[in-house]
Amino acid sequence: MTEAHIAHLKVFRGEPGGATRYDEFDVPVEEGMVILDALHWIQGNAAPDLAVRWNCKAAKCGSCSGEVNGKPRLMCKTRISDLDLDEPITVEPMRSFPLVRDLVSDVSWNYEVNKSIQAFTPPAGLPQEEWRWQQQDIERVQEYRKCIECFLCQDVCHVLRNHETEKPFMGPRFLVRTAGLEMHPIDEGDRRGYLKDTGNIGYCNITKCCTEVCPEHIKITDNAIIPLKERVADEFYDPIQWAWRKLRGKPAAGAAGTPLPMLQGGSASDAPAAAKGDKPTSEG
Amino acid sequence: MTGQSAVLRALRKPRGTAPQGFGKTKRRDRWAAYPIVQGVLFTICATYLLVSGVIWEPLFHTGYEADGYLSPLFSPLILFPNMPSWLSPGLLILWIPIGFRATCYYYRKAYYRFYFADPPGCAVGEPTIHRRFALENAFPFILQNLHRYAMYLAFIPLFFLWIDVIRAFGNWDAAGVAHPRIGLGGVLFLVNTTLLTGYSLSCHSLRHVIGGRIDCFSCTRARRIRHTLWERLTDLNRNHMWWAWTSLVTVTLADLYVRLLVTGVLTDPAIRF
Ligand code: SF4
Ligand code: SF4
Ligand code: FES
Ligand code: FES
Repeated sequence: MTEAHIAHLKVFRGEPGGATRYDEFDVPVEEGMVILDALHWIQGNAAPDLAVRWNCKAAKCGSCSGEVNGKPRLMCKTRISDLDLDEPITVEPMRSFPLVRDLVSDVSWNYEVNKSIQAFTPPAGLPQEEWRWQQQDIERVQEYRKCIECFLCQDVCHVLRNHETEKPFMGPRFLVRTAGLEMHPIDEGDRRGYLKDTGNIGYCNITKCCTEVCPEHIKITDNAIIPLKERVADEFYDPIQWAWRKLRGKPAAGAAGTPLPMLQGGSASDAPAAAKGDKPTSEG
Repeated sequence: MTGQSAVLRALRKPRGTAPQGFGKTKRRDRWAAYPIVQGVLFTICATYLLVSGVIWEPLFHTGYEADGYLSPLFSPLILFPNMPSWLSPGLLILWIPIGFRATCYYYRKAYYRFYFADPPGCAVGEPTIHRRFALENAFPFILQNLHRYAMYLAFIPLFFLWIDVIRAFGNWDAAGVAHPRIGLGGVLFLVNTTLLTGYSLSCHSLRHVIGGRIDCFSCTRARRIRHTLWERLTDLNRNHMWWAWTSLVTVTLADLYVRLLVTGVLTDPAIRF
């Protein structure tokens, strides 16, 4: 076997509180091999106690997130043939989160953030079989639903990784989820106050690292975060809209309801006169 | 209040194991190349434009209009009696595009990375003095939320730039007689103004105002029209960075061209009718 068919892996090892180290392994490369295969080879042949989390091996469950040569990646989607084999390949867990062991990081904090978001809020009393919307209303939201919760975007976000902000930051994954709820055609919730004061969307400085790492190619910054920043600006930072709301005696954020297409006859081909403003500021 | 602060405590991310400190990373690619190239090019253009639009005239009085071409930095030309000699007419208009670009979502990304190293690159450590920095959650960067107003204003000089394009081709003299021509200056103005228009129309805030803030696109006829417009603006918006760069370069070139005409270094090659 020639040198070119061996991959040298430097694998992060350690437990919380203890010293961490990089163990080096020479792994025979096979065609189509991904980093996760190499780790399985190591488990089978060199270090049976190596901890690694995975599930689908098809880039769909979001379990095998880690950092390969310093870049947040799904380990099951990172082909060894795409990497430079002349130098060792560094494999690490997601470093923004606490360590469980070796390549496994503790992502449970993310689920706490998730719980703080107001869930989908359809109109009270409307049975599910009567939910109706048009394709054009839902297309935008479908992009956000591609998320596999790998948390690579959370891992790479410099606010979560490097900053110690005074208030918490929800992170890009949950901005994506909130965008999907806020822009949903029949959702009645208003999460703009939450975004500003609890999720602290202001900490994001739109530097787009989240978009760069997303394995589902969700345009996180352009299509979720920036539109939400604009919606928050509508409510809290736009003096003319503020004056306009005062003049028209509109209620503050959160109190206004959503006029619903299906309650107004459903058909998109005519324009129901009652549909005015799905948010207090919708008609600019 | 305690309930709220308990929620906020629970939402605080526990500390990870990422190495901290400027430039700390396991990345092996040349992550620094891209921000540095962008930052240097941006600095060159921005410095040139500031000097040309604000400082040059009061110092050297060489003029900014030649052969029917008014430099885009000075359009619309605002002159008033007893104008102080230190005041460049460029300044009276340049604050609008400067404000527009300084608060632009794309340029923000570029300059936070290049000038503030916040972050220097993705998954690359930051200077530790950043740690408690509040980013766009506090003054001064919270003012970025006013970007839409800069966008509204930016359409005013853009309107005059289109008039300049027409004037560049029509070439009217003082008596109001047209001497039509296709000159290099006119072509340059046309390209520049087209790119500036693309840049303005691809703005994220405009995309929001036109349709992004609507939840139910199909609900009324007006909203269906806005949805169509929003889709068109979204197409333009995908290349916002491209519009930002090309228009920055052409506006620099257009001003440089006029300056070279003014000083007689060049004469405008033109087909005259
Ligand atoms: S764009 Fe915002 S959320 Fe995404 S990585 Fe950058 S700072 Fe974090
Ligand atoms: S948005 Fe993309 S990167 Fe973030 S958790 Fe979802 S799939 Fe992963
Ligand atoms: S193992 Fe499921 S995404 Fe990699
Ligand atoms: S001009 Fe760049 S986002 Fe508005």
